[in-house]
Amino acid sequence: MGVMTGANTAGADLEYGTQTLNRQLQDKGFLLSSTENVINWARTGSLHWMTFGLACCAVEMIQTSMPRYDIERFGAAPRASPRQSDLMIVAGTLTNKMAPALRKVYDQMPEPRYVISMGSCANGGGYYHYSYSVVRGCDRIVPVDVYVPGCPPTAEALLYGVLQLQKKIRRTGTIAR
Amino acid sequence: MSMVVTARGGDEAALAELGEYVEARRPDCVLGRDVRLGELTIEATLSSLPGFVDFLKRDDQTRFSTLVDITAVDHPGREKRFDVVYHFLSMYLNHRIRVRIQAREDDLVPSLTDVFPSADWFEREVFDLFGLMFSGHPDLRRILTDYGFRGHPLRKDFPTTGYTEVRYDETLKRVVYEPVNLVQEYRQFDFMSPWEGADYVLPGDDKAEEEKA
Repeated sequence: MGVMTGANTAGADLEYGTQTLNRQLQDKGFLLSSTENVINWARTGSLHWMTFGLACCAVEMIQTSMPRYDIERFGAAPRASPRQSDLMIVAGTLTNKMAPALRKVYDQMPEPRYVISMGSCANGGGYYHYSYSVVRGCDRIVPVDVYVPGCPPTAEALLYGVLQLQKKIRRTGTIAR
Repeated sequence: MSMVVTARGGDEAALAELGEYVEARRPDCVLGRDVRLGELTIEATLSSLPGFVDFLKRDDQTRFSTLVDITAVDHPGREKRFDVVYHFLSMYLNHRIRVRIQAREDDLVPSLTDVFPSADWFEREVFDLFGLMFSGHPDLRRILTDYGFRGHPLRKDFPTTGYTEVRYDETLKRVVYEPVNLVQEYRQFDFMSPWEGADYVLPGDDKAEEEKA
């Protein structure tokens, strides 16, 4: 693994949408789009995430926002208040005692809101699946958009999860959810 | 007979000497002592525990200034079902001691909060997880488990999966408790290893026997 510091050798962005936009912009000097697309674009570019670190996964979540992976270049910033966030990353073991608090925080988030379940414990109880005190998957408490597997997932994996969520938002209609 | 304790952590002879000294000074409190793996264990009596610990704290030869931990062990087959285990450290003389007492399920263990205020939360933890009652504790309630939790999880007769699980109810708009319903069957893990004399035949091993015959 390496971080590229020199000239970009990975080639142009192959994403079709970007290419079309570029062509339009080159050709006419302005862009035409639907409001829906613009709103969706704005949403994908400002996924402010609620820091819900519950266990060791939180360390990898922090790593994602640190300079090496730097999630802020995708417009995502950590927020300490659920009222300012669009995305909740459930990072770690969700216990029975924590479950009502997690739901309360989720309920306080403004629509549209998204949830990433990070790591084995949040996905399905993981190591603690048979425990008396652990929720067997945080999807029993809140609806989950993206599951990131791993124990704990690497920062790279979480970042990939965030990108997948952006893709999902782009595909989803804007007004009704 | 002069007894000078010069214990400096880990030295078994010094620990034996320390144990001898403690027993000589408080013969009525000490039921037995043992030095094993560089650690000194004292079996003490239940009723005289606070006085004994106070002695360990104040005596010039012991000076156990720090209460490191309180925990318990459940032996379901025994009449005195629980071992309550206390660990102390002397910051002055650099030695450690383990004090162990036996308690029945309904015994009232005298609280150490008057001698060591830090015993407060440790005793709450032991009460929470083992259901042992402490007499003279200022605020004996659960500390770790869920609000309204029933049972004591570290007892051997408590099922690993417990009795209840939680789920968010979309109609009630709140988290509800339900009896445990495992989606995936409970697995009994086998911790025996073939290197430690497990008596089952590993798949494939039987072929080797056939070839010999």
